[in-house]
Amino acid sequence: MPSPKEIHDRLKSQFPGFILDFVEERIDPYTQVKPEALARVAAFIKNDSELAFNYLVSISSLDEQGTLNAVYHLQSVDLQTGRTRHGVILKVCVPVENPVIPSVAHIWPTADWQERECYDLMGIRFSGHPDLKRILTEEGWVGHPLRKDYVFPTEYRGIDLT
Amino acid sequence: MSQSINQVLEFSPLKTDGMTINMGPQHPSTHGVLRLIVTTDGEFIESVEPVVGYLHRCKEKIGENVTYAQFMPYTDRLDYLAGMNNNWAWAMAVEKLAGIKVPERAEYIRVIMGELNRIASHLVAIGTYGLDLGAWSPLVYAFNEREKIMDLFEKTCGARLTYNYYRFGGVSKDLPDEFREECGKLLAGFDSFLDEIDTLLSENYIFIKRTANVGVFSAKLALDYGLTGPNLRASGVPRDLRRVAPYSIYDRLQFDVIVGHGTKGILGDCWDRYDCRIKEMRQSARIVRQCLKDLPEGEIKTKLPAVFRPPKGHVFFAAENPKGELGFYIVSDGSTKPARLHIRGPSFHSVSILPAVSHGVMIADLVAILGSIDIVLGEVDR
Repeated sequence: MPSPKEIHDRLKSQFPGFILDFVEERIDPYTQVKPEALARVAAFIKNDSELAFNYLVSISSLDEQGTLNAVYHLQSVDLQTGRTRHGVILKVCVPVENPVIPSVAHIWPTADWQERECYDLMGIRFSGHPDLKRILTEEGWVGHPLRKDYVFPTEYRGIDLT
Repeated sequence: MSQSINQVLEFSPLKTDGMTINMGPQHPSTHGVLRLIVTTDGEFIESVEPVVGYLHRCKEKIGENVTYAQFMPYTDRLDYLAGMNNNWAWAMAVEKLAGIKVPERAEYIRVIMGELNRIASHLVAIGTYGLDLGAWSPLVYAFNEREKIMDLFEKTCGARLTYNYYRFGGVSKDLPDEFREECGKLLAGFDSFLDEIDTLLSENYIFIKRTANVGVFSAKLALDYGLTGPNLRASGVPRDLRRVAPYSIYDRLQFDVIVGHGTKGILGDCWDRYDCRIKEMRQSARIVRQCLKDLPEGEIKTKLPAVFRPPKGHVFFAAENPKGELGFYIVSDGSTKPARLHIRGPSFHSVSILPAVSHGVMIADLVAILGSIDIVLGEVDR
């Protein structure tokens, strides 16, 4: 049952130069990954027999100080006992001007909808996603509501919202 | 209904054009405002594309604009059939972030309310599932029983659907004096009520024909799509956060984790998912009985400062809700409002499996599959 730090070290030796800092947080420590390596890292931790991260719990998105982040909460679940063997949190940071992260939908099918949600609400584009389009807001919606600089619309199809 | 589209086409010299039909968003069997774009070939389904978002209120944005405590009533409106459990998950996420302790009596009250709400939510699930497949009476029986739970909630917190009952560090009000007696009365008749449902629905010949061997999810497929709760357990994975990552006082309570066994057909079919919910209700009743018996006296709420500012940091916490694992990811910047709040709604993941399991099934079976995964659109769309 490797700890998040051991998983971080393992990834660092496997992907030299692509794994950034291990951030010791008060509750949940996380590993920072360079965006260009994410799909390869994801495929590795899913298929590696010891790590075997078969459950992508959640993809969250953050807008922090001019950068956009995607946070991946991953767990390795034992299908026999249902227990979580170990977990890891990966954080990927991209500039707000060109927020592109490789898609992991081909590795964990649940990422398909979660990435669409991140794209819809935060405007992170996932390259290689099979069908990246809005999911919660309607087609043709302007802007990405969860951005800190989002301007609330004043009218919607002729209805005054002020 | 077991014939696949490929088997039919093999013997047919005619290739018909596919037809695209629209199911929902306004349709009783879609359990809310869900739209399915269905491409059919005769009676068989080629593909299904769910369209969600009709109930989207951008709760995550709302969360950034209200204080932690003010967000509590908004959680009621996620899975609005299990408001207590949503309150609870939110309270525990913030308690984990700020390191708040909960008094013993409050923990017991929380478990009682959470488990009663789990029963109420499963009652709606099985009642409407019967309705989806053409059985009207089980719904009436289920709602009759649920009504008694709603009455108990109303007496305790004043509301019947959106409770806003849990607080950081406890609950808002103590149980009323008559609660123990009335809840005991409800539980005394509950097992025989479930026996009645078993004869009405679970062992009903038509119901089994419609659900057994239909919509089979393997354990791997279910986990690939992030399915949790009864939907995952019905596929044979005994993953229940109350057992594998116990929170509150669950490590002290006796209950069984229910898994599917393929009793009427293949492991992980619609009947297994239905049966998991029936059996879980018996376990929930068992938990509530234990809590009522051991309910200690004492405080129901830890005192918090009037202006609540959790420390900086981020936290992810998931709780076992009736529909699956409800997770909150909170980023705190040390102010009174969350800097960012992400909600992992289990129904959102459950509905995303539909395209993967619908190819080659009959149109009527799509309704059976959709009903069996028990989604609530308030939680899908958030």
